Amino acid sequence: MPILCKAECGNKATLKRPKTADALCKNCFFNAFELEIHETITRSHLFKPGQRVAIAASGGKDSTVLAHVMKLLNEKFNYGLKLVLLSIDEGITGYRDDSLETVKQNRDDYEMELKILSYEELYGWTMDRIVEKIGRTNNCTFCGVFRRQALDRGAQLLKVDCVATGHNADDIAETVLMNILRGDTARLRRCTDIKTGGAENSIPRVKPLKYTYEKEIVMYAHFKKLVYFSTECIFAPNAYRGHARAFLKDLEKIRPSVIMDIIHSGEQLQIRESVKKPIRGICSNCGFVSSCQPCKACVLLEGLNRSLPKLGIGKRSKSEKMKAQQDLERQVILREKANLVKNDF
Amino acid sequence: MLKINLDFSGGAEVLFNNIKKRQLSLESEKKWTLRDFLQYMKENLLTERLELFIQGDSVRPGILVLVNDIDWELLGELDYEIKQNDNISFISTLHGG
Ligand SMILES: [Zn+2]
Ligand SMILES: [Zn+2]
Repeated sequence: MPILCKAECGNKATLKRPKTADALCKNCFFNAFELEIHETITRSHLFKPGQRVAIAASGGKDSTVLAHVMKLLNEKFNYGLKLVLLSIDEGITGYRDDSLETVKQNRDDYEMELKILSYEELYGWTMDRIVEKIGRTNNCTFCGVFRRQALDRGAQLLKVDCVATGHNADDIAETVLMNILRGDTARLRRCTDIKTGGAENSIPRVKPLKYTYEKEIVMYAHFKKLVYFSTECIFAPNAYRGHARAFLKDLEKIRPSVIMDIIHSGEQLQIRESVKKPIRGICSNCGFVSSCQPCKACVLLEGLNRSLPKLGIGKRSKSEKMKAQQDLERQVILREKANLVKNDF
Repeated sequence: MLKINLDFSGGAEVLFNNIKKRQLSLESEKKWTLRDFLQYMKENLLTERLELFIQGDSVRPGILVLVNDIDWELLGELDYEIKQNDNISFISTLHGG
């Protein structure tokens, strides 16, 4: 005996929404799903008419659904936005080159301009080469730091007013948990913000899927037959996040509202004024947003170019020592060379 | 024989030898619940580490199960009795983003 749709449309229900426990049919689910994102967008004033908005597109489920829904809502509710796709090519053979094919499909399906920006052209290094150099520890640090800045650079190139990312409710709840576990008060302050950046020189980032459950995103993509790329990155997946994720999924099984509850907790947390806050400024070297001088991307890059890849991974004082040590060694070598030249005569 | 169709997506296929679709015939002398069938999958189909697919006697949280495109949460989950020509889908939400 089939369960009927809670919206009383007369259709058979096809899924149980984790967020509300309502049994809905496909069409009523599509409606509810899209309208909730629309409400999030309007309630938080994420966009203004006439804006150019880049959708950070990875080819994965979240950004594929985001691109689809943004196009749909933009047309349905006359947001008046110009939507473009922005992808970052980390240079990971067999992973990113495949997922970029999915993004190109999105470009054609949704008739949006697409800009692909590679680590190679931005930093002179692909992730393949970085891993060759540094091995498989800390490679996710490099990738994460470079990606964050690459999005800013891409947004600047595309001259957009804001970047929309596909972070979903599960991602945000996970991040809240991780930041609590690490005692990272600086990130805890802003990880639940639906809009970040936007101050001097930095292009705002928004998360229209902030309150959208992962299960619903996957169900939506499945029922709409959206094609997305779902292969795990071939370089060590983030183990720490993996544990936080498994823990959250276990909790969700017992109590589906836990995801919204954790986001809510994150939003309600207040951090004492006396706790040191990083000051967001501009990197004196590359000119992009950073809370340290020079920015993390510049330090990591210097490490790669100097063949001191540990630079920027540990403490700053240690990095300074490593650099000084290398400079000293180089001077000694130069002096010895100079001596050799002298002795030739 | 009880004929069923399986499909794996969202990264779940990786746990099953990268095969996205397959047909199976099960001995039909007995009734098959999804609980029984998960046990069967564990013993006969799974090619990757068990804990990536199974937790306890169910699927690992984050793997969605649909029968004929209906969320198994509406069908009694593990107690659902498999019928002739059922399409059973396993979709991972745990991969990529
Ligand atoms: Zn309905
Ligand atoms: Zn910099």
